[in-house]
Amino acid sequence: MVALTQTKRFDSLELDCGVTLAPVDVAYQTYGTLNAQRSNAILITHAFSGDAHAAGIDPQTQQKGWWDSMIGPGKGFDTDQYFIICSNVLGGCRGTTGPGSIDPATGQIFAMTFPVITIGDMVRLQAMLIEALGIELLLSVAGGSMGGMQVLEWAARYPDRVASAIPIATTPRHSAQQIAFNEVGRQAIMADPDWNNGNYYGGKLPGRGLSVARMVGHITYMSDESMRQKFGRRQREDQGIFEVESYLRYRGSQFVDRFDANSYLYITKAMDLFDLAAGQQSLTAVLERAKTKFLVISFTSDWLYPSYQSQEVVNALRRRNQDVAYIELTSQYGHDAFLVEVDEQAEIVKGFLHRVTKGVNRR
Amino acid sequence: MTAARQSDPFVRDLLGRGDYAIFSEIVAPQTCVLDLGCGDGELLSWLAENKDVDARGVEMDAAKVQKAIAKGVSCYQGNLEECLADYPDGAFDYVILSQTLQEVRRPLQVMNEMLRVGRRAIVAFPNFGHWRVRLAHLFTGRAPKTTRFPHEWYDSPNIHFFTVDDFEILAARENWTIEKRVFLDGNREVKMLPNLLAETAVYLVRRHA
Repeated sequence: MVALTQTKRFDSLELDCGVTLAPVDVAYQTYGTLNAQRSNAILITHAFSGDAHAAGIDPQTQQKGWWDSMIGPGKGFDTDQYFIICSNVLGGCRGTTGPGSIDPATGQIFAMTFPVITIGDMVRLQAMLIEALGIELLLSVAGGSMGGMQVLEWAARYPDRVASAIPIATTPRHSAQQIAFNEVGRQAIMADPDWNNGNYYGGKLPGRGLSVARMVGHITYMSDESMRQKFGRRQREDQGIFEVESYLRYRGSQFVDRFDANSYLYITKAMDLFDLAAGQQSLTAVLERAKTKFLVISFTSDWLYPSYQSQEVVNALRRRNQDVAYIELTSQYGHDAFLVEVDEQAEIVKGFLHRVTKGVNRR
Repeated sequence: MTAARQSDPFVRDLLGRGDYAIFSEIVAPQTCVLDLGCGDGELLSWLAENKDVDARGVEMDAAKVQKAIAKGVSCYQGNLEECLADYPDGAFDYVILSQTLQEVRRPLQVMNEMLRVGRRAIVAFPNFGHWRVRLAHLFTGRAPKTTRFPHEWYDSPNIHFFTVDDFEILAARENWTIEKRVFLDGNREVKMLPNLLAETAVYLVRRHA
């Protein structure tokens, strides 16, 4: 399966902060075929560091998509049956407008003049893309972590446009602990002199700060158990450091090559600001209008997005007797489990989507 | 006795279980059903397929929940005694509790909650008044063990030992309306002396208006 990134340009996007971005580009990929009834489309929403390349092989880099194990012929999201769309989020650095884009008003790169963005803004842009693709009703919206926040936002804001929702390893709002880890990452970037108040484009990148931020991130994605198994106390004889140190440094330096430090700042802030029930009496009230069928998945060893956060969503839905399936899958991989535990998720997702499809075809 | 048994109507077998066959007869098409302790969703997926019901389940065991969701059942992983409180009044047409009432900590509270969230409750339970249990108890002087109740007392999931008569007395005291009662010995319907002859009892109960 070859993955091709396309870009769609919209005249403008009004943001939650009141600023209007004009124009806005959104980079996306699609897999499979949209059926004649336009009823088999599924939007995949990516996590913090993901991009539109969710599946298939990129013809240039030869790299597989970030959820290739779940998306493809015969896989959990079966491209023989469904039309899959994944777009890079607003504020990203992989083709969609973000702080690294040119501000048409000045002809300069936005950098820190880029407006504050929210998960709601990201979803509004996705909704524009879905409409432009001629899809009135999505069969499903699915994603993990920050992708799961977008899924919840979709269900809350566009209840009539999503037949089902699959939020995985996610939360209706960040806890103080989650905000704290994001803040450490942001401070690491801003403490790097090369960050230069965000004006580093065309010069030396704030690589040290960004890689430290990524190292912290990777610690939170794993579990005590998975780190013990993967690294233990083994040392790299050649470098005289622990394997876990070597791994984190490698992951950190690799990240610098593919991610923009300012996008890191803006996107993590959007995650921290996200509160599905903001301005409402309760989560139940927010999701009241949703006729969407839900499949909520969490993982036993995920301490970054612990199961109680998923259960909060599930219980809010149950209070309105809404259709929600929930499972806490057993895994030792921590938050990474949503990318790693393929077999179990694929089996569940297939059964769920099959049921949702039957319901949609009956409408 | 043998002749009388043979003349009894034979209960249809559904998925190998007599109580499931009774449920399937009771549940009206296109209704909303909650199955507490739904296991891998066998009954619910049958009901969804054949009766077009809106099928929801609750199950504690993650491996079973996984199978249930894979079958297309809307299954919630949780404790059935704790989860009921979250559902609104009258959310379901039927709430099913199959072979589990004797395992819950507070059977009366569970029954009352079932009758709050459901218009009707369908409950199937093993009858500890069955003659084999009585004989096992009488002759061994120990906690009864039969083919139907194979567990040792110290690792049995069953923590309440009640009979058909016990349930009838409770229903009368609580003013429940019993709309249907079916008694089974294996998959055969028992028409007389249910407290002595029934292995399994199935009740369709409604809260008194």
